[in-house]
Amino acid sequence: MSSVPSPRVVGERRWVNASFGFLAWIVGLVFFFPVFWMVLNSFKSEQDANTSPKLFFHPTLDRYKDVTKSVGGLLSFSEAFTNSMVVVLVSVAIVMLLAVPAAYALAVRPIHKWRDVLFFFISTKFLPVVASILPIWILARNFGLLNTRLALIILYVAINLPLAIWMLRSFFVEIPRELIEAAEIDGAGLRGQLTSVILPIAAPGLAATALLCVIFAWNEYFYAVQLNPVQGATVPIWVTTEISTRGQFLAKLSAASVLACIPVVLAGWIAQKRMIRGLALGAIK
Amino acid sequence: MKTTAGAVDALHPRPRRLNPPGLSESWRRRLPLLPALLVMILLTQVPFVMSIYYSLTDWHVVPPGPRAWVGLHNYGTLFSDSFFRSAVWVSVRLTVIPVIFSLLLGTAFAVLLDRKFFGRGLIRTLLITPFLLMPVVVGLIWKNQMFNDLYGVINWVIGKLGGTPLDFVSRYPTWAIAVTLIWQWTPCRMLTMLAGLQGQPQDVLEAAKVDGASAWGTFRQLTVPHLRPYGELGILLGTIYLIQVYDLVAVMTGGGPGSTNVPYFVFQRSIGGGWEFGQASAYSIVVVIASIIIATLSLRLLSGLLKGEEVA
Repeated sequence: MSSVPSPRVVGERRWVNASFGFLAWIVGLVFFFPVFWMVLNSFKSEQDANTSPKLFFHPTLDRYKDVTKSVGGLLSFSEAFTNSMVVVLVSVAIVMLLAVPAAYALAVRPIHKWRDVLFFFISTKFLPVVASILPIWILARNFGLLNTRLALIILYVAINLPLAIWMLRSFFVEIPRELIEAAEIDGAGLRGQLTSVILPIAAPGLAATALLCVIFAWNEYFYAVQLNPVQGATVPIWVTTEISTRGQFLAKLSAASVLACIPVVLAGWIAQKRMIRGLALGAIK
Repeated sequence: MKTTAGAVDALHPRPRRLNPPGLSESWRRRLPLLPALLVMILLTQVPFVMSIYYSLTDWHVVPPGPRAWVGLHNYGTLFSDSFFRSAVWVSVRLTVIPVIFSLLLGTAFAVLLDRKFFGRGLIRTLLITPFLLMPVVVGLIWKNQMFNDLYGVINWVIGKLGGTPLDFVSRYPTWAIAVTLIWQWTPCRMLTMLAGLQGQPQDVLEAAKVDGASAWGTFRQLTVPHLRPYGELGILLGTIYLIQVYDLVAVMTGGGPGSTNVPYFVFQRSIGGGWEFGQASAYSIVVVIASIIIATLSLRLLSGLLKGEEVA
């Protein structure tokens, strides 16, 4: 994206660019401030966090120790992280297994009405989750899936599959037709074409798609809190347990928030260029 | 199948055309698609049809009561319920305000990022970060460190400027949530608009410059019309997601006057303690109808962009 040269860098306008750049820096820093402050608070003592904002203090890792040690009977850090890891990785693996062939059927050798099918997939994202939560809750209860990881795995497949298909399709469409045809002439079936041509070429796109799915699954709260409030609880629920009605909690909450966010924020920063395209296309979330 | 897709079907009628000679070939093409298609129909359309059915019944779930068919009765009483009316009003404000402001801010940020400057990659990274954060964390962080009346950053700034501290979240719950939503959603709008800006035909911009057009004139006459579909897409998609906001309401105010939107209200009336699944389903169907109207518009728009992509 950023490789497109900006046309406006010309001598007399240099000061205009410089001032735009300066403004961009200010805007960026102000906009980022809440995140910066959260990270800073996570290294403070509760006393330092719960006074008028201070920039200088004795940094400590104690809040991280507080939030990660497990207390009997309460949802522990390691438990929530294990649940989240299992739910996210399994659901994204299923999503990719289903989405790759589907994207093939919509992009490489498109079925007759491929556009309608594509729109059906995206239209499922337009269905508000509130409209399906009651039947899902009833079904989960009747099948004994309340408070199990399986319930969330199934639902996160439903959340991410349309997005994955849309993104993968856009990557598959760009693969040179001749390469696929050559593989076909060599007698490669769907599997052969996928493993020998399509997947190697689209690998970066595949990774970006999977990563975006990981982000949405990792951050999901609504289904998690409705279906798994007790057992199988995931990281977003664990974060909310750090709020207490008694005593001060801001520093601890900040430390828990940093831990909860850091995996996907780092991944997102690293892969931003490739993900941006999936987001920009509009198939957001 | 004939539910949300109903809106899509209306736009793109799907004639069943079975031509036996081509059957095996077309099924060979369809086969890779079927697992994904079946999974999505099962996981999204079946619950939705069940929801419609529930909405036509009177059904108290805990303690379990009989499910009685009441037809459209739940819909008839919908708007005489003053709690529901206020939830609709909150939903409208919590959707319209963030959609508009995140689009404006996102466009402004995109214009800034479209130029070369020192550290552009870093600034872009900082600007997209709110989107990557867990929404629950976003809500808790804004509530407890920014808006807090005792030691929140915003009140500290207000104090320095000589104002009196305010308990934003309890005094102005809608605005507190709206501001947080704007912060959370601006990165997405920024990326959409940035894609639009960078997709501008460079030769036309060059020609305008050669012809001596001013920067502002070029922006108004060329860039704004070019960005229009991207902005419309941002408005529609933003609306569809914001109409469903639940997590920020849950963690910032936990409902209460001025912050209970329709999704949270549905939750309160059902799983959250009301257990009136029939009535709550009717409330949720109202959100669906609003979404379908918006979705139909956005699909039409997406379809236009998709056709453009094919031509290119």
